[in-house]
Amino acid sequence: MKRLSHYRRHKAVAPLLLVIALFAIGTTFNVASASMKQSPSAFARSTQIDEGKQIFLKGCSTCHGLNLEGSAIAPSLIGVGAASVDFQVGTGRMPVADMSTQISRKDPVYNEEEVAALAAYVASLAPGPAIPTDAQLNYERDGSTAEGGELFRNNCAMCHNFAGQGGALTQGKYAPTLMGVEPKHIYEALVTGPQSMPVFSDKTLTPEEKLSVIKWIKAAEAEPNLGGATMGRVGPVTEGLLVWILGLGILIAVAVWLTTRAR
Amino acid sequence: MTTVEKRLGAAANFVDERLGAAGWMKKSLNKVFPDHWTFMFGEICMYSFVILLLSGTFLTLWFDPSQRDVIYEGVYEPLKGIKMSAAYASTLDISFEVRGGLLMRQIHHWAANIFMAAIVAHLLRVFFTGAFRKPREFNWILGIVLLTLGLVEGLLGYSLPDDLLSGTGLRITSAIVQAIPVVGTYISFFLFGGAFPGVGFLPRIFTIHILLLPGLFLAVITIHVMLVWYQKHTQFPGPGRTEKNVVGHPILPVYMAKAGGFFFIVFGVTAFLSAVASINPIWLYGPYTPGQISAGSQPDWYMGWLDGLVRMAPPLETHAFGHTVSWNILIPALIVPGIVFTGMAFYPFIESWITGDKREHHLLDRPRNVPNRTALGVMSITFVLISLINGGNDIFATQFDLSINQIMWFSRISIFILPPIAFVVTKRLCLSLQRADRDLVLHGMETGRLVRMPSGEFAEVHEPISPQKRFILTSHEQAPALELPATDARGVRRPGALKNKLRIRLSKAHAVAVPKVSAQDLKEIEHH
Repeated sequence: MKRLSHYRRHKAVAPLLLVIALFAIGTTFNVASASMKQSPSAFARSTQIDEGKQIFLKGCSTCHGLNLEGSAIAPSLIGVGAASVDFQVGTGRMPVADMSTQISRKDPVYNEEEVAALAAYVASLAPGPAIPTDAQLNYERDGSTAEGGELFRNNCAMCHNFAGQGGALTQGKYAPTLMGVEPKHIYEALVTGPQSMPVFSDKTLTPEEKLSVIKWIKAAEAEPNLGGATMGRVGPVTEGLLVWILGLGILIAVAVWLTTRAR
Repeated sequence: MTTVEKRLGAAANFVDERLGAAGWMKKSLNKVFPDHWTFMFGEICMYSFVILLLSGTFLTLWFDPSQRDVIYEGVYEPLKGIKMSAAYASTLDISFEVRGGLLMRQIHHWAANIFMAAIVAHLLRVFFTGAFRKPREFNWILGIVLLTLGLVEGLLGYSLPDDLLSGTGLRITSAIVQAIPVVGTYISFFLFGGAFPGVGFLPRIFTIHILLLPGLFLAVITIHVMLVWYQKHTQFPGPGRTEKNVVGHPILPVYMAKAGGFFFIVFGVTAFLSAVASINPIWLYGPYTPGQISAGSQPDWYMGWLDGLVRMAPPLETHAFGHTVSWNILIPALIVPGIVFTGMAFYPFIESWITGDKREHHLLDRPRNVPNRTALGVMSITFVLISLINGGNDIFATQFDLSINQIMWFSRISIFILPPIAFVVTKRLCLSLQRADRDLVLHGMETGRLVRMPSGEFAEVHEPISPQKRFILTSHEQAPALELPATDARGVRRPGALKNKLRIRLSKAHAVAVPKVSAQDLKEIEHH
């Protein structure tokens, strides 16, 4: 011991200790990761849930925690259900690119199979709303456009605008446009209430009513522009802009022309 | 004389012997109108009013102004079987089942928008050129009356179809009426025939929209135009143009041809817009029920600035003696517009009080030559524009990725800051332009040609401007500021000292100008 303390202030000690520390960390990591590879019995099952877990650990666990418990910047995913995962990941909102005001829709990072695996994994840990099946989503058969419109104006239009074009919420948040959203995702959004949106449980809107809303949204999407160019279906603001720029603009140009003296 | 001439002569004689119209016609047809493109705004208003009358009449043939409930059984699939008012159902029928109905609806609505826009443009032209000065103050007030009528007529018009958007507008209207202290709730009850939405409102505003207000419009427009006729049109200054003459084309044939042609052009542009651009697609809004609302509900643009003022008002309410006063509605929706419109109506008198100028004016001002007025105008435009932007704050927020709160705070602060800044900047710009005019007259136009002097010095050649242009740049008068001595000749203090002080200060500010080039200046220049 005394000899050791004798060399304590030797100039080679600091680099040596560093090398030892690095070696120790490297070995520990190597052993740990090797032990993960070495236990195939727990992970090698080629199930969907398993794949989902792999994707989750790689892509999601940084924020949502290794066990879905969430963190300071991301909510817990326990009990959110497959529907929530399918909506968030399927519409590209997750994994998130920009967390400033609101997580916005973008091209999905994962393909359909990966999304399904993720959903299955999250759903396997705690029960939650399931992804609606194609049979449940037959809105063409089970929905009614007119009723859906009435329900939409009662429940959705105050944020998403009368034609589903989206609208502003407070502090830079917004209700996104509903044009071009898959029926499955609309249904899931209704059931899970992502971000600022409330949950529309089956007591608030029955499954048939949800299908009617979807049918109306799809009708609004396919709605021809009956009166000519619509300028965004956002009401009189763009109409006012057009009347000043085009309407009065043309008339002023004509007035200038009319009062030009012949040369 | 050919036979045609003979026949025409006989016909004219037939009329003249019975109506005695020849003398009046001879005088009127020789009436001269000055030419300038900004003088056409009033005509746009008049022509779109005619378009509104025609298309409106067409719409009344099918419109049913009733709030009675019906179940829609028409051709528009997404609304089939929905309960709605007969007014809304009949508007759907006009849009989808009456031949040309949708086009007519859109013509009516676009024409209304063009009407209001042209009124505003017309008003700005008259204001900035000082055309409202004596003897035209009454006609200016009539113009303000027409503008106000237009706002109300427009609001009633887009409220009639009873769609979700218009019902929302009426809900706000009823709230504004209720904000009048003490009597507001009663007035709202009388207007709507009970608690909102009531049962009788649509038929009432229908009568007002198609009978009372158009009648008033016709009467006021007639007086407005007759006064222009009688007082003659103003003209821009120029060689040969004085306060005593009017230089331009006689009514026949040139002016008539141009004006008549312009009517068809206005109609054509309106029809073109209506054919290619959708306006007020009520079938998308759905029928009105008080429980529903859409995001991004906006009034038409001419009401938008009022909506914007209401949107930026902080939540202020007081309760006293069992009454609630909603200052947050009362101030932006009633008091501020009250001040704006009253101020506008009285402006000609205010200005002549400031300048002490009681003479008649038929020659227009170039806006730069009256910096104070021009600055006041730009300041008002800035005020309205900020309000208008805040009126569409939700649309701006979504379209430009902004926060609605930021836009609101921006307008709350800038509504007080930007208009005064606009005033100062405009006034300085006007003075700079005056300085530029002065330079132009004194030194001529820059030609861009550089010459080298024998001494080796380089100089740019300036060309003298034409005498016409020089006249235009120097013909305006620069009245000195009012002088009101504090005491009269006998040393007695004048009454109203404070008022006089204010008047002198305003007059001083109004008279600020870059001295224009005088004849003497020019002579001196020529000697050099």
